[in-house]
Amino acid sequence: MSTPESTILGHFGPYGGRFVPEALIGALEELEAAHISSQKDPVFQAQLAHLHLTYTGRPSILTEAKRFAEHAGGARILLKREDLNHTGSHKINNVLGQALLTKRMGKKRIIAETGAGQHGVASATAAALMGLECVVYMGEEDTRRQSLNVARMKILGAEVIPVTTGSRTLKDAINEAMRDWVTNVDTTHYLLGTVAGPHPFPTMVRDFHKIIGEEAKIQVQELIGRLPDAVLACVGGGSNAIGIFHDFIPNAQVRLIGLEAGGDGVETGRHAATITGGSAGVLHGTRSYVLQDANGQTVESHSISAGLDYPGVGPEHAYLHDIGRAEYRAITDSQAMEAFALLSKTEGIIPAIESAHALAGAMQVGKELGPDAVLLINLSGRGDKDVQTAAQYFGIPL
Amino acid sequence: MTTTLDQLFVKVRAENRAALIAYIPAGFPTIEGCNKAIAALVAGGVDAIEIGFPYSDPVMDGPIIQAAAERSLSQGTGAADVFAALKCATDLGVAAVVMTYWNPIEKYGVDEFAKSIATNGGSGVITPDLTIEESDRWRDATNKYGISPIYVVAPSTGDARLAKVTARCSGFIYAASLMGVTGTRTSISSGASDLVARVRKVSNVPVAVGLGVSNRDQAREVAGYADGVIVGSAFIKCLLDAKSEDEGLKAITALAQGLAEGVREGR
Repeated sequence: MSTPESTILGHFGPYGGRFVPEALIGALEELEAAHISSQKDPVFQAQLAHLHLTYTGRPSILTEAKRFAEHAGGARILLKREDLNHTGSHKINNVLGQALLTKRMGKKRIIAETGAGQHGVASATAAALMGLECVVYMGEEDTRRQSLNVARMKILGAEVIPVTTGSRTLKDAINEAMRDWVTNVDTTHYLLGTVAGPHPFPTMVRDFHKIIGEEAKIQVQELIGRLPDAVLACVGGGSNAIGIFHDFIPNAQVRLIGLEAGGDGVETGRHAATITGGSAGVLHGTRSYVLQDANGQTVESHSISAGLDYPGVGPEHAYLHDIGRAEYRAITDSQAMEAFALLSKTEGIIPAIESAHALAGAMQVGKELGPDAVLLINLSGRGDKDVQTAAQYFGIPL
Repeated sequence: MTTTLDQLFVKVRAENRAALIAYIPAGFPTIEGCNKAIAALVAGGVDAIEIGFPYSDPVMDGPIIQAAAERSLSQGTGAADVFAALKCATDLGVAAVVMTYWNPIEKYGVDEFAKSIATNGGSGVITPDLTIEESDRWRDATNKYGISPIYVVAPSTGDARLAKVTARCSGFIYAASLMGVTGTRTSISSGASDLVARVRKVSNVPVAVGLGVSNRDQAREVAGYADGVIVGSAFIKCLLDAKSEDEGLKAITALAQGLAEGVREGR
């Protein structure tokens, strides 16, 4: 099958596109042009590759999780270790790319939204490295839940603005970042952290993360002499998932499985499983699946994982779902936390709670496919940031 | 098809003045109170009313309209309340349109939404986040029911794009006076008159200026070059700041009276 490339204006079937104030169109066109030219520019590509080699720590390694696999039906479990990247997650791939583009466009200021703080920390890191001014919008609720990451961003020289509107979480931080961008678009680049938002973000952010799947494909083939049977990744906005899926899309025999945040259970309404439990709509500049009510108002999402706690999802995932190329399942908070504890105790790797959703998915899919199966899991982030949440969850006194 | 809004712009051109257009979200300050606010605006002399569809993620709006939208949504305002407010305005004899982000239209049904605007006497819909590239279905629906699609253009909109966007507008063209979100400002950006002049070169559709207009002096200044003056946050601020509903209603009537004089003094 052919690769579902974004066509003109970033459509993925009926999804994607641009739903933004006219004031932003010029900046989006400029960004699209910069992205397209940089993709063909060997100097830009060499700069980014050099940064990945000497700063990010790429290629990230592949770890086989043999003891964990005993709890996943005996299937072989291969972990793509994005948690070992500088700043502790896959997010650095995208921010380094966009920060280089910011300089290419002659802009000196970046703004970013953050939920758990991972994208904010990564953005502040890239800004420090490249001498850019950095402002991070973060829901007031999240600044309290993730105070350590707020301090990290400040140490890195970024300004953190707590957002006090709406639900005071990630979606409102995005609203506030867009308002800043409309006002300061001449000098400022909006460094969006996921494969959502108006075109060209879903395509561009994917292009900066597709290195995950390209590396993993080679690594898996070197290890086992064939492609994996399934590739699994957690899906909030969906950037790490698209990153590892992309290179496997033409290989129809490889199942692509996205694990959404099921919160208390999709049936309770308290979840962030946008594809599993949402419907088609427009949010934050793109048409995709959205958690919404009968009037088209965005419904608040719920997840123990701040990084997946978002009521939208990238439009390419919506499309991959509809055409049947990828499947999406919901993992509840308790299933994710069980996998979180299990990987820690069986492999000595504390995963991010986001990535623990993918691990919980692997436990299900491994049992379904049996011991001959090989599963590639994107371990998108490390769990240091989640120690407080996990301690609270498991009743460990701090 | 000629709408009430089209007739209004013919009339104000004949009177050599600008139209005064007021914005109020449906369900604000309460579902009942919104009807009273509309009546108070009409009593103060506004020529047309924009009924806002309050939305959970209003990225084009500043803190004042956000606060109003939150208050309205907390009372459960929905599409039926928006159409009821629209009807309330048109029953009072003024031209009325709805201003809404795109998702509520898509959720309601694109064709059905246009139909409900028409059946409640509305003249058109302002869609601040619908780009022309995504608007084919909306163009067909608005054509079918004889209402005006109204788009927002910005100081950053280049001339070539300005021609394309304005070609899709009828009723009026909404010119954003500045790069930014809605709210009151101490002065009107010089970008506004430049933008209106650039629109005139590519379109004969009337041009109304919004974002930041809040007092009689600013209304007079904008009326010097635009066909319409749009005021939203300043009215909402009156209602938010008032100690009682009555006080708020009196304040918006008084503000409207001043602005109505302003739009007649500009030329």
